[in-house]
Amino acid sequence: MIWAAVLLTAAGCYLLKLAGLSVPQRILERPAVRRSAALLPVALLAALVAVQTLSTGERLVVDARLAGVGVAIVALILRAPFIVVVALAAATAAVVRLIA
Amino acid sequence: MPAPKTEQYPPKSEQYPPDTRQTIVRDAAAIAVATGAYGISFGAIGVASGLSVAQTCALSLLAFTGASQFAFVGIIGGGGALVSAGLAALLLGTRNAFYGVRLASLLNLRGLRRLAGAQFVIDETTAMAVGRRTPELARVGFWSTAILLFSLWNLGTLIGAVAGESLGDPGTYGLDAAAPAAFIALLWPRLTDTRSRAVGAGAALVAVALVPLVPAGIPVLVAGAVAIAVGLRRTAKTPNGTPEPATEEAR
Repeated sequence: MIWAAVLLTAAGCYLLKLAGLSVPQRILERPAVRRSAALLPVALLAALVAVQTLSTGERLVVDARLAGVGVAIVALILRAPFIVVVALAAATAAVVRLIA
Repeated sequence: MPAPKTEQYPPKSEQYPPDTRQTIVRDAAAIAVATGAYGISFGAIGVASGLSVAQTCALSLLAFTGASQFAFVGIIGGGGALVSAGLAALLLGTRNAFYGVRLASLLNLRGLRRLAGAQFVIDETTAMAVGRRTPELARVGFWSTAILLFSLWNLGTLIGAVAGESLGDPGTYGLDAAAPAAFIALLWPRLTDTRSRAVGAGAALVAVALVPLVPAGIPVLVAGAVAIAVGLRRTAKTPNGTPEPATEEAR
């Protein structure tokens, strides 16, 4: 039974990915669709960042992740390279957890 | 630096050297390593939830979308029904369909390449593809992240599934802050115009407000609706240039 659930879930996840990629070009070329599609990753990723930073399941939680992401934002303002930003975020969260 | 969006930051070219294949692949490797370490955690949780090593690895190979996989094994581990586990996973996987809509014109995949590329349409590959100076660099971002992350995610899953929970919680190493930090860093250069900033901030607020009210996965999808709503408004058209001048035109 678990195998059936695993395989059906995997198939469903794949079809969702494929569906987005398969939207016909003539629809993508409509100006409204183009504007929305261009903004979609910004909205989805910004929402994802907020949810990953501030929630656990269906609860809002403030913990070491917020400190890590806060430091990452400071690093970005100071124009640190990508890898430095990510490493600082992880190190900050790890240190905050160690102390707390 | 011919990309028009960087014109707002004249000094930017010094501190932000333009993306090249090498820098993109290097960043992809960093994301893949951090995510692969998270794969170890997924493998351990999968087995602890009652899945076999093969079932846990099959999820990483075939479903290959982290949030959905964690929800799936989390619900089964908590004694939930298989149907609930599958539905929660699909709900969380739905955002990949929206990523696909954006990536469709950027990657321009046809036939077998589309069937293969679809498997890799996830948060990380999308974040690494959008906002590049040229469609070619967007494809470098997508494919380098796809190949490296897929490899390390599956290797990590196998290690975690075999080794169990002895390797510890990824939170100990701050890896749960690394993922959102990476996404912010990838979004950052795109938040140059007021509309992108407003959409990003609005989406984040909507998602956080909805977290306690609706099942996991829905907050991010509703936030995506913010983008669609803004895009549909004709009056919201940018007066000079679309948000992504360089990548929009060439297909």
